[in-house]
Amino acid sequence: MELNIVEALRLAIQFATPYLLASLGEVFAQRSGVLNLGVEGMMLMGAFSAIFTVSSKGFGASPWVGLLVGMIVGGLMGLGMAIVSVTLQAEQGISGIGFTLFGLGLSSLLFKVLAGGVITASGFGPFPIPLLSDIPVLGDVFFRHNALVYIAFLLVPISVWVLNRTSWGLQIRAVGQNPAAADTMGVSVARVRYSTVILGGIMAGAAGASLSIALTPIFQENMTEGRGFIAVALVYFGSWSPWRVMWGALLFSIANNLQIWVQILNIQIGGADIPPNLLIMVPYVLTIVVLVFARQRARVEPAALTKPFERGEN
Amino acid sequence: MNSWLDRLRTRLNRLSGGDPMVALAPLIAALLALVAGAFILLALGKNPIEAYGAMLEGAFGSERNLFRTLTRATPLLLVAIGICIAFRGGMINIGAEGQLFVGAVSATAFSIGFADALPGWLLVILTLLIGFLAGAVWGAVPGVLKARFNVNEILSTVMMNEIAIQLLIFLLSGPMIDPAEVERGTRIPQSAPLPESVWMARLAPPSQIHVGVFIAIIAAAVVYVLLWRTTLGYRIRAVGQNRDASRYAGISVPFYLALSLTLSGGLAGLAGAVEVMGVSHRMVEGFAVGYGFSGIVVALFGRLHPIGSIPSAFLFGAMLVGADKMQRDLQVPSATIIALQGLIVIFVVSSDIWVRRRTARRLAQQAAPTISAAEAPASSH
Repeated sequence: MELNIVEALRLAIQFATPYLLASLGEVFAQRSGVLNLGVEGMMLMGAFSAIFTVSSKGFGASPWVGLLVGMIVGGLMGLGMAIVSVTLQAEQGISGIGFTLFGLGLSSLLFKVLAGGVITASGFGPFPIPLLSDIPVLGDVFFRHNALVYIAFLLVPISVWVLNRTSWGLQIRAVGQNPAAADTMGVSVARVRYSTVILGGIMAGAAGASLSIALTPIFQENMTEGRGFIAVALVYFGSWSPWRVMWGALLFSIANNLQIWVQILNIQIGGADIPPNLLIMVPYVLTIVVLVFARQRARVEPAALTKPFERGEN
Repeated sequence: MNSWLDRLRTRLNRLSGGDPMVALAPLIAALLALVAGAFILLALGKNPIEAYGAMLEGAFGSERNLFRTLTRATPLLLVAIGICIAFRGGMINIGAEGQLFVGAVSATAFSIGFADALPGWLLVILTLLIGFLAGAVWGAVPGVLKARFNVNEILSTVMMNEIAIQLLIFLLSGPMIDPAEVERGTRIPQSAPLPESVWMARLAPPSQIHVGVFIAIIAAAVVYVLLWRTTLGYRIRAVGQNRDASRYAGISVPFYLALSLTLSGGLAGLAGAVEVMGVSHRMVEGFAVGYGFSGIVVALFGRLHPIGSIPSAFLFGAMLVGADKMQRDLQVPSATIIALQGLIVIFVVSSDIWVRRRTARRLAQQAAPTISAAEAPASSH
């Protein structure tokens, strides 16, 4: 693979997939008032279960089946998070950390016991879109990706439509802004929050699967390296709007692949190469910077975010 | 004959505000987590009774194992009492891992740099102080960002962890690499050894247990006094309980938010300094990995109380040591412990609702007679 700007842009779009999938799911959870910080753990479990399904030739080794299994596993963890945060009204930040630790530990445990510490699989291959992919430059950047990339980007307008144009979307927003009022109108706050947190888990599972069977066909312990937390931060960055979240995902995808850009643009500091660890640091520093600026849009934050709802309390 | 039981009951009563079951809630939660873990092991074809048995034996089976447990418990306790301050102050500090690394690496650089310039006793004190300060700075960044810009501290502390990890690798493979590694050409990313004058005295060689364990226990007592016997601690807890009420009472809420995370980071940094001075004597890649996260579990399990954290740290230290034996003897990966810790966190925070309801019911019962007593004279007229 030759390194040039076209290839770097193609990678920027491709590596936005895990961020995008996880963040869109988190948008739904947060819009309904639940801060799910277990995304990281759900991604790891999704990543392992997807690649394990494909590599063990479960159901014919189709990457689609792997994706489905990853989504189911993520959804089950989402169900757990919903029980803890909605029914048991536990502190959402700490319980999310619990799910992250659980997912990190369990995925490593399964990886060692079931896969013996090494696993690869042929996942989603490139799926060039006919005709469009033949356009010079643009075709290479936009239309020569694996199927998950197209799906992730298509989910952006779909999410906007669901949130703004369907009755479920209306319920989600109502429950996130004023659960007591929604409850009076006959909306089940618990049922809506269950649905969004489980959806968030499913999307996190898909995001993990995109890492392990679409981007890098391997699994490693803790392979998400904080991407799940960055995905949560992107929701703040995107002020709970799927379109803005998409731009954030692209920005962080570029930050993630900074080493490639530095190589292409031949950037040096004082005539020496920039140490790779300092480049790896950039997305994390960027996340903090982004969170500082996201504060200015804090007025659009769902009013009931992180607040458990109990009937008769308000 | 039952006097010790009575005494235990009064002790528990005082700790839990009159309800012994409340103090036991974390224990019940942990038992549930262990049961859930047993099912996972069973599903993987491992015998959970054997696995947990190996863990118990590994942790307490012999004097040497007990010392190992205490050695592991030392940094856990220091991290946990810091977490107590942050959580009590309403700041969820997930950044102890990074704060610990930064504390350790700063202590290392300082003690090597000033090895010949300062007398031994002063070097020890200053090295510990530098570790504390470096961790405090790493905690102050997200603390100030929360206080000033309302940046979610969970996310920022997680990011500070990742930044610390990269910083550590960068320093150990470049500026701080052991000159001997460069000479040999092996270039293993590790620092030079610390000057022997700052090594913590070993209590029972060849075991690694060192005087740091006393530093940790004293620090726990200091944090207890700070939180419950000083105005500063009272204000930290007030802000943690109710920011609006604290503001009305004239407390500078942003200052105390930043302060609690800064102190928390300082104690994690101190844990890093103590660990490098007591156990490894040099910084290596993979130094003390996981203590920062386990410390959070220790604090939650100790009901966010510095004194409660002492037995809790001992228990989780035992778990870590036991996990090594489990991995050696039964090939059950030690990652099991991370999964178990996650389950414990989930069960402990979930048990809060039960604790809250129980306390509310008890208070209602206590309040009932007072109300009727107050009404009694009125109705007699």
